Amino acid sequence: MSTVEKFVNQDGVIHAKSVVVRFAGDSGDGMQLTGNNFTEATAIYGNDLATFPDFPAEIRAPAGATFGVSAFQIYFGAEDVTTAGDDVDVLVVMNPAALITNLKDLLSGGLILVDAGAFTDKNMNRAGYKTNPLEDGSLDAYRVMAIDITKQAVEAVKDFGLSHRFAVRCKNMWTLGLVMWLFDRNRDATIDGLEKKFAARPEIAKANIAALNAGHAYGETAELPSGVEIYMVPRADVEPGLYRNTTGTEALAYGLLAGSQLSGLPLTFASYPITPASSLLHTLSALKEFEVITFQAEDEIAAACAAIGASFAGSLGVTSSSGPGISLKGEAISLACATELPLLVINTQRAGPSTGLPTKPEQSDLNQALFGRHADTMVPVIAASTSVDCFEVAIEAIRLATRFMTPVILLSDAYLANASEPWHLPDINTYEPFPVTHATDPDGFTPANRDASTLARVWAKPGTPGLEHRIGGIEKDFASGDISYDSDNHQKMTTLRKAKIDGIAQFIPEQSITLGAPGGKLAVVGWGSTHGAIHQAVKHCRQQDMDVSHIHVRHLMPLPTNLGDLLKTYDRILVPEMNTGQFVAVLRSKYLIDAQPLNKVSGQPFKIREIEAAIKVQLEGVSR
Amino acid sequence: MNASAQPLTIKDFTSDQEVRWCPGCGDYAILKTIQKLMPKINQPKENIVFVSGIGCSSRFPYHMNTYGFHTIHGRAAAIATGVKLTNPALDVWVITGDGDGLSIGGNHMTHLLRRNVNLQILLFNNEIYGLTKGQYSPTSKTGTQSPSTPDGSVDAPLRPCSFALGAGAKFVARTIDTETQQMAPVMLRAHEHKGASFVEIYQNCPVYNDGVFEYIKDKKSAADTRLVLEDGKPLTFGADNQRGIRLNPKRLALEIVTLGEDGVTEADLLVHDEGNMVLAQMLADLKAPAFPEPLGILYCDPMAPEFVDGVYQQRQAVRDKKPPADLNALLRSGHTWQVD
Repeated sequence: MSTVEKFVNQDGVIHAKSVVVRFAGDSGDGMQLTGNNFTEATAIYGNDLATFPDFPAEIRAPAGATFGVSAFQIYFGAEDVTTAGDDVDVLVVMNPAALITNLKDLLSGGLILVDAGAFTDKNMNRAGYKTNPLEDGSLDAYRVMAIDITKQAVEAVKDFGLSHRFAVRCKNMWTLGLVMWLFDRNRDATIDGLEKKFAARPEIAKANIAALNAGHAYGETAELPSGVEIYMVPRADVEPGLYRNTTGTEALAYGLLAGSQLSGLPLTFASYPITPASSLLHTLSALKEFEVITFQAEDEIAAACAAIGASFAGSLGVTSSSGPGISLKGEAISLACATELPLLVINTQRAGPSTGLPTKPEQSDLNQALFGRHADTMVPVIAASTSVDCFEVAIEAIRLATRFMTPVILLSDAYLANASEPWHLPDINTYEPFPVTHATDPDGFTPANRDASTLARVWAKPGTPGLEHRIGGIEKDFASGDISYDSDNHQKMTTLRKAKIDGIAQFIPEQSITLGAPGGKLAVVGWGSTHGAIHQAVKHCRQQDMDVSHIHVRHLMPLPTNLGDLLKTYDRILVPEMNTGQFVAVLRSKYLIDAQPLNKVSGQPFKIREIEAAIKVQLEGVSR
Repeated sequence: MNASAQPLTIKDFTSDQEVRWCPGCGDYAILKTIQKLMPKINQPKENIVFVSGIGCSSRFPYHMNTYGFHTIHGRAAAIATGVKLTNPALDVWVITGDGDGLSIGGNHMTHLLRRNVNLQILLFNNEIYGLTKGQYSPTSKTGTQSPSTPDGSVDAPLRPCSFALGAGAKFVARTIDTETQQMAPVMLRAHEHKGASFVEIYQNCPVYNDGVFEYIKDKKSAADTRLVLEDGKPLTFGADNQRGIRLNPKRLALEIVTLGEDGVTEADLLVHDEGNMVLAQMLADLKAPAFPEPLGILYCDPMAPEFVDGVYQQRQAVRDKKPPADLNALLRSGHTWQVD
């Protein structure tokens, strides 16, 4: 897509509105680090950007194996960028396996920067090449820059006395230097980062910096093949302010701390390691100066239960996992429903079922979040739509959990968790606090007392004199909170629990139109991480005068009160999801509308053009 | 607070909830002992929390006029850990049974003991599933006939005290439901101990497993079937304490001897040492009818580090080195850039 927006000037410089670069290599080649450094330099340069790290589940797959290829994609440009891009303009590959697995995404005419030194017979054989693709003409449709990067890097660091193994490892920084030259990026931030990272081993820092500079110098001085020019990508016109890059995981962690501060409640974060959710545990564990206790429990069930115990004791219990782990927490979530204790359950979704594709994103746990427990146990469900949005959604989840004394499920996914984007940093002092008060007055106290408007049960924490009481999973009497097997009471309590969650709809914002206008031929309705792709697709279509709007839903349970009426103002509804059609089924059953699914479960996010194509099909259907 | 100077009594700890255990259930006796004990433990009532799982014994918190949480099957240990992590000042008692604590909740029990979280675990062992109507449990003797094992169970039972020691428990004791005089001091010691205190209580289920502990409960034979442990005292039992436990060094096993026979004197007997883990493991392994079964404190290591203390100490150490928490500063940490 970006090729149509660029042209080569007479000065031999490629002027492009936007560019997609993908770094790909062995999982041990340091591609994620390379990508992150390039991202930082690009952000500082002033482009808008989005990134997508795509790495294998294996930590160190055998060298040269196709299943061990780790990739990092960045899309940057002069206009608003909300996805990591459809097609690749520049593909950086460190070995044959990376080339064979990534070439399909490279645009015709795209640039391949390749470490020719890694194209040994053994590596090519392992990747499945019968002949050398650098020599057999199979890459003629592309521009190829084949350099023996390994040799160049080893040469660049020879003065630092590194072992050959360490010297070879510097090839990612050499490559980064060359790519930075290609895009006119500044190396200072990377150099700072290397000096900090290797502060204890200055010779490693110096070698990596030397490799970085050598790669850059190579671009400046070497005679490059024709067709290889510097890219100029104008700065984006972004809102003034202070920015940083953030992944969804970081923003979510900070959002939890923000929610803690705004509610005045300490957090007890209990979790069990699982990909791709563990990094949230890691992040919070390193922030002990904040009011958060982290606990790596013995299993998923214990993590959920420890969080419930924490809420019982008066802090906010938070537990985090991915789909399979959430399954294990199901019984505990229902206990929190029955006892009406606040609990935040974070699901960083991954492709399933079962172990599935642990590092790849999917949105297939929506049904689990909405319905995946025994009995009538409705819980509020909200979803983050971008990495930055994770911050806001975490605060909102804590607000709901504490105000309504209920478990809340927050849905993120493997894409949001790892993808990064620039974040216009908010000022926490501008957020409305929602202080939580625990009961202290014994006069008229029962554990069944509740707020008349929210129906939230009173929260009395152990240690409070005169409020000694018992709660538990057995049905409780509506008035006294004592255990009750009375049939009418159970009916009443079940109705009450449902009414409490339904009633939350009165306390959340009405659904707005994300892009477009009320009423018309087509609304594309999304939730979660499909936001970026839908936004771009709808924007492009609207630029082509198509009558289509984008509606992105954050609150999935309960749904905003006006959503049904809003959707009924469009002739057609299209619901793209990274599952086999879960939210579309909710919309169809709840509003009796003929919403149409667009599904993708390949472990990869939607491409913009896939959604654009589906929009066009829908609009053709309208006009016929 | 117990602001009123009036000392608390058993009535202060008795809730208004009707007790629903079967007539004759051993749980009544345990409840009464614990209720009586509460005024003696020197804790404000509002700081006491009973946490239970599922099963007959797990109804216990409803009858204590303290804070209480009747949770889900097997998970009391995990929930109690969350309570202590959040408020270490609370005095937490975990009430569980052989099925709840050692079958469905065995994993959590293992880790609660290993971590040494400062609370008391009372494991009511009746060697049967009561509330689900009589199925055999992980502590049932091999051959136990039950609705799910009409021809007798074929699997070997688990020994709770051996299990606890194996998991790394730092306080392990055993008592009997109706033996208030023996139970109360054990409970006081369990409460005093800083760490996870594991107390196995032999508890009779008169409906599904009646008399399973009669061999040790029966007062008439008690002298021969009970090995009452006292720290620093020789391991003796029997009428007039004429019999004792000796280590056979060749077999590395305990054996029963009679004082005065074959030249055996008290000096030959093992002396109970609560701090001796190897001895504790050997004692936990003694089974009737070949041996008397130990009652009292098998093992106590008061010096072992406690988990929640460790968590808070580590947090304090970090806080001592870092500037105070500032969310805006955190957001602005790392590389930032200004767009004008």
